Amino acid sequence: MKKLLDIALPLIGLILALAFWQWKVRHDGVPVYVLPAPSDIAAAFAANVSSLMASLATTLTVTALAFAAATLAALFLAILFSESRLAERIFHPYAVVLQVTPVVAIAPLILLWIGYDRVTLAETLIAALVAFFPVLSNTTLGLRSADFNLVDLMRLYGASRAQILWRVRLPTALPHLLSGMKTAGGLALIGTVVAEFVAGSGAATGLAWRIIESGNRLEIATMFAALALLAVTGVIIFAALSLLEYWLLRRWHESAIRR
Amino acid sequence: MSLLSLATVAKHFANGVEALRDLSFDLAAGEFVSLLGPSGCGKSTALRLIAGLLPPDGGMIGWPHGKPPIGFVFQDATLMPWTDALTNVRLPLDLQHVPRKAGNERAAVALARVGLSDFAHAYPRELSGGMKMRVSIARALVARPRLLLLDEPFAALDEPSRAALNDDLLRLWREDDLTVIFVTHSVSESAYLSSRVLVMTPRPGRIAADIALPSGPRTRLSAEFLEIERRIAAALPSADSAA
Repeated sequence: MKKLLDIALPLIGLILALAFWQWKVRHDGVPVYVLPAPSDIAAAFAANVSSLMASLATTLTVTALAFAAATLAALFLAILFSESRLAERIFHPYAVVLQVTPVVAIAPLILLWIGYDRVTLAETLIAALVAFFPVLSNTTLGLRSADFNLVDLMRLYGASRAQILWRVRLPTALPHLLSGMKTAGGLALIGTVVAEFVAGSGAATGLAWRIIESGNRLEIATMFAALALLAVTGVIIFAALSLLEYWLLRRWHESAIRR
Repeated sequence: MSLLSLATVAKHFANGVEALRDLSFDLAAGEFVSLLGPSGCGKSTALRLIAGLLPPDGGMIGWPHGKPPIGFVFQDATLMPWTDALTNVRLPLDLQHVPRKAGNERAAVALARVGLSDFAHAYPRELSGGMKMRVSIARALVARPRLLLLDEPFAALDEPSRAALNDDLLRLWREDDLTVIFVTHSVSESAYLSSRVLVMTPRPGRIAADIALPSGPRTRLSAEFLEIERRIAAALPSADSAA
């Protein structure tokens, strides 16, 4: 019952908001180039469905590549940091600098260096930079949180550092890693959109570019359709990663246990 | 024969506190020794030094016949929450590269010895505190240690679980011909279990009394048992002088 309400209540809210939106736009006679009605957006979506889906595929490809690259790089660095205080002291300040520098500001440089002929690679790098940090900081914390006594027990039985890492530290860090990945999934999408914005027309072909293009042509309904598609994609990424988290932790971690 | 010999062992912590000074005692094979003392008297530190998890700052920890295989049981069960009881028990064998099949068989036997055959595939969170401690003991015994070190293993358990585990521990000690060092702050527990009690005083930790007890088995609340408790309690420094 409670689960049903969790789904039904936001859905009812959405339907009411859309209905009010539809009625208000028609009643006040708002021009379609200022605010299209939901029915206009649906019509624009239906008319452009194949090209919008192609754009979505482009955006999703970059997002997925960036997410995978960010997760792997962050996991590698987190292991390096947790095994070597020296490496952490050398590299951690630069990881923070990368995190606090607005990616929009360095995106043009990255595009310039990698080149407009390899725009997918450039976009992937930009999006990966955005997604990278939460995985790094969460996983580093997780690797450090291993039970001291369990580590001592491993040492008592002559375990190597690699065995302690593999058998104790990495499983301990898994919930933290997954939590970082959940944030990173959304950030990878945001980073991809930013990269497409910066890459601009001619180079980028993803959903963000469709938004700019539709705006330039005053096809505001198509713009909204692309925007809605982007939002739904973000929700699906988050839901998929939440599901992965639940599935991996359901047997043992407090966060995934239903009471 | 002497298994272990501590001579004037000293240990300081990083913050300068003197944990142990002049800690000396010998341990014969087959003994069940309780290290008894108030919290913070360095009992756990002594156990970690013996296990080789900490280096001493002074003195000698000697093994006249070589260091035997050691099993260690912590105050918390210290299980891996992400895997089941059987895999937890198998950990020492996995680290010794025992083949998986043989490892599973030996782990199952160890679980049966602590009465948990039916819980081989339960995860730690599905077990009670007493059951978790049994898994921890099975894990300590699976690699066939000669010396078993226990650091206040039953302190967090309720009284019935504690009594049951006391009896199980005595049975395992006899069956396996083990040598046991058992850290506790309970006079009654040390009186029930031990063949010998080493009473420690705090700040810095050292041996205040070395009490040999008649061989068991003992009956709780019997006159003989109460007399043993009285002897141990008399050797324990009062809370005031310990402070």
